[in-house]
Amino acid sequence: MRTFRIPDQVARLAVLFAVAVVALVVVRHIFVPKSFGKLGHYRAAAVDEIASQSVRYAGMQTCVECHTEEAEKKSSSFHRGLACEVCHGPASEHASDPEAKKPFVPRERGACLYCHNYLPSRPTGFPQILEKLHNPMKPCPTCHNPHDPTPPHVPGTCSACHASIARIKAISHHDSLECETCHEASPQHRQDPRSALPKKPTNREFCGKCHAQNAPSAKEIRRIDLATHGGRYLCWQCHYPHYPEGR
Amino acid sequence: MATTCERREFLLKLLQLPCSAVLLSMCGPLPLFADEKKEGYDAGEHYYGMGIQVDKCIGCGRCAEACKAENDVLRQPYYFRTWVERYVVYGDGEVTVDSPEGGIHGFSAAESDREVLRSFFVPKLCNHCDNPPCVQVCPVGATFKSVDGVILVDKDYCIGCRYCIQACPYGARYLDPRTKTADKCTFCYHRITKGLLPACVEVCPTQARVFGELKAMSSPLRRLMRMSQLQVLKPYLNTEPKVLYSELDREVR
Repeated sequence: MRTFRIPDQVARLAVLFAVAVVALVVVRHIFVPKSFGKLGHYRAAAVDEIASQSVRYAGMQTCVECHTEEAEKKSSSFHRGLACEVCHGPASEHASDPEAKKPFVPRERGACLYCHNYLPSRPTGFPQILEKLHNPMKPCPTCHNPHDPTPPHVPGTCSACHASIARIKAISHHDSLECETCHEASPQHRQDPRSALPKKPTNREFCGKCHAQNAPSAKEIRRIDLATHGGRYLCWQCHYPHYPEGR
Repeated sequence: MATTCERREFLLKLLQLPCSAVLLSMCGPLPLFADEKKEGYDAGEHYYGMGIQVDKCIGCGRCAEACKAENDVLRQPYYFRTWVERYVVYGDGEVTVDSPEGGIHGFSAAESDREVLRSFFVPKLCNHCDNPPCVQVCPVGATFKSVDGVILVDKDYCIGCRYCIQACPYGARYLDPRTKTADKCTFCYHRITKGLLPACVEVCPTQARVFGELKAMSSPLRRLMRMSQLQVLKPYLNTEPKVLYSELDREVR
């Protein structure tokens, strides 16, 4: 009776195949990470690794737990939607150890201007200032409390609104003159500017109080003969009073 | 006769053993062992998205700054996970887009005597597409969509081939030269899994960015979705972004 024998070459091939398969299993076991494929075609452990990154911004809820006073003030102001760390920077280190690390406190002009400097691209109605005209060089917290930034109703000085005039006057011979010397302004002008406009000089004699030949003023001040100088023109038709030496 | 049959059976069994082992390993680990869950956070209960109200963005760039601080993104001006673009549409129809340093240091007023029709800011970030082209092209499975819908990069597994950077139609990815791996917005995955908001949303002063659950009915994002007309970037690519824009101008690309 003929017995069936597997040919030698097939047996050898089978052994080779078996070795290859076992090698594949072993190599996969070593090289493919344990969690690969658990949730999809990726390493599931990576999700936990990414989630374990440290937090730098503590979040407003954390700040409010201790800083109740500031939070209270801010909650009814224009800045109510603003998180603390927008201005104070990442503060989770401060939250975990309040003494060791103090958060940043912006006291200069620059910080507010990120949002409030005028840009035509900003949405209409967003409060913006022209940095060069709005109280130049003054840090914003002098007038605005950042936790309740409503602008002061009554400006402290004329330059708060008339900044460009104030700046050119500051470099002119008229620097030492108060605005009120020439412009009589009622206190109401500060409350509601258009309802009570300040007065302006109306005639040549007003300037003559200092500049006429016989005026009782310091002798360094330039004198003119009111009768002949400038003919029928008023002084400010040729001289800009806030910068009189300019041509 | 009997001996040959035994041998055949033996050989068959010998073949079956490694085959089944291979099949098993391809199926992944047995579900018996895949049952460990993270405490406190169940990814299956969440599905995240972000809404961006373009008409509220003031272009302050605090989001880009906070993102870099929170995620240790390189400070050089060409590595961003999120950035702010300024669009200017001129009277003759020309559109210019600029984003100096991603808007981190603010924008300077454009000095131009040309007639400007309109101008606005658009914050950009990874769109966390539901159908992400970057995940499709990754040859090693290093970038993936997590169960809660966030597109993440496995830094240990990434080989730095940059296919995903090429594939992203929104330019949201970059190669981190320190690790030589792809990097991108994670929706601040380490924050959202702890119940915090992403850093950019936390610091947005005008709430132009709204983060939340896409599928829960009571979430700030769902409210935005109910109340406004939403658009996505490059809808024709079928990437199905989960970053939704309201009041988006048609010029935005």
